[in-house]
Amino acid sequence: MIAIRDLSKAFGKKVVLDDLELTVPRGKNTVVIGGSGTGKSVLIKCAMGLIRPDAGEIRIDGQDILRMDEQELVRIRRRFGMLFQGAALFDSMDVGDNVAFALRRLKMVPEGHIREVVEEKLSMVGLRDIQRLMPAELSGGMKKRVGLARAIASEPDILLYDEPTTGLDPIMADVINDLIISLRETLGVTSITITHDMASAYKIADQIAMLYKGKIIEVGRPEEIRTTSNPVVAQFVQGRAHGPITDESEEFVRFVSR
Amino acid sequence: MTDSTAKKNGALRLAELLGERVHAMVLDLGAIFTLFLQVVSSAVRPPSEFRNIVKQMEEVGIRSMPVVLVTATFTGMVLALQSYSGFQRFGATSFVGSVVALSITRELGPVFAGLMVSGRVGASMAAELGTMKVTEQIDALITLATNPVKYLVVPRVVAATIVLPILVVFADLLGIIGGYFVSVYLMGANPYVYMSKTYQYLEFKDIYTGLIKASVFGMLIALISCHHGFVAQGGAEGVGRATTRAVVASSMMVLISDYFMTSFMF
Repeated sequence: MIAIRDLSKAFGKKVVLDDLELTVPRGKNTVVIGGSGTGKSVLIKCAMGLIRPDAGEIRIDGQDILRMDEQELVRIRRRFGMLFQGAALFDSMDVGDNVAFALRRLKMVPEGHIREVVEEKLSMVGLRDIQRLMPAELSGGMKKRVGLARAIASEPDILLYDEPTTGLDPIMADVINDLIISLRETLGVTSITITHDMASAYKIADQIAMLYKGKIIEVGRPEEIRTTSNPVVAQFVQGRAHGPITDESEEFVRFVSR
Repeated sequence: MTDSTAKKNGALRLAELLGERVHAMVLDLGAIFTLFLQVVSSAVRPPSEFRNIVKQMEEVGIRSMPVVLVTATFTGMVLALQSYSGFQRFGATSFVGSVVALSITRELGPVFAGLMVSGRVGASMAAELGTMKVTEQIDALITLATNPVKYLVVPRVVAATIVLPILVVFADLLGIIGGYFVSVYLMGANPYVYMSKTYQYLEFKDIYTGLIKASVFGMLIALISCHHGFVAQGGAEGVGRATTRAVVASSMMVLISDYFMTSFMF
């Protein structure tokens, strides 16, 4: 279980996360939704220890990762896997070496078995016989799947997905959705997904949380979010151009131009 | 009235701008020193980066060899040409060999190799690491339980520190040969006298101090370029900016550190 309490982060004067609270139950997929630039990426990068927040705590099974030294942090990071928005494959290495990276680095698998293990991980994301290809030769959807294979290679029990379906065509997006669901079912991983793709959110989520102005303003099951009474959440999930979120910025625009 | 306030504002802004620049420079120097400490502390920890170091030595050393050698040869040649016509005025042309040998080994070999490597290797390190930074590949390394300083910076710094002196050995040799050819075949110097003058005043110290300098240049170039790559942000434009900064900063650092090392060592 991941428990995030009073998490705050500001870049200069811009407050991105403001006393944020979120509980991520074990073995479930929690989807964090929110507009572009609302700090969704900052949130999961804090959870992984890539960004150090200004205040708060992030407890992984009771251990606060923000109080850890570098050694402990490296150990706890082995429990994490992360799929990046642009897949972030190492473009100087072929697909096989990308997927095998953590296995080699942490010496989890003897060198002779690496290819087999990598092939098995790739087959879990529906790919085969592409170990010798370079990342530049892959399509966007394939890159994401290779990124996913790399993230699950060291068998983490927590997976973080940064906009897994952004930039993919609807069919490939659904392939990724199915993969996320099947990984949760077969590996039993706890996951946090950030997205603004509502179709994907409804499909993969056990729990949806809406991030707005640095706070989680509502948490609920997908059907609860769909029929929410909170006007801000309703505007976002229904994708309307007019509502409390945009009204506020219009007011702001009027205020500035006065 | 308005004129004087405008002037004051102008002067103030200039002071402000200067202050900002100096502040940024001090921050950079601090960050580079911190990076150096991280490199030292992570280099000794397992796993060993031996394979990556060898790969970087090839990149920094073998691929830079042609450009360094051409530079050194022509430097030796032009040095012989210039000192020959200068020394002719007071009839000291027999010392051309000594001047060429001393200037090349003590100063020009290491410095020109350093500058060429700054341009070639510094740019490629900053661009590669900068691209990795803006495409989140460096974050990806961290998520795969790998320390990016250890995996990316240590091999580059170690390789550059080892390889630059080796490059300079060849640069020294070719610089002296270049000077010899110009003096003997173009200026008609006596080959025997030229060679004996080359040896006569050249001490072992001249060569090894040049190599120590080269080693420090290599380390500085790699550290500075990796630092600028690591802090790159904002897509292709940011990578371009990081690359420019890396080349300018490491070239300047080569020249500045050269002065101080020379004043300490001789």
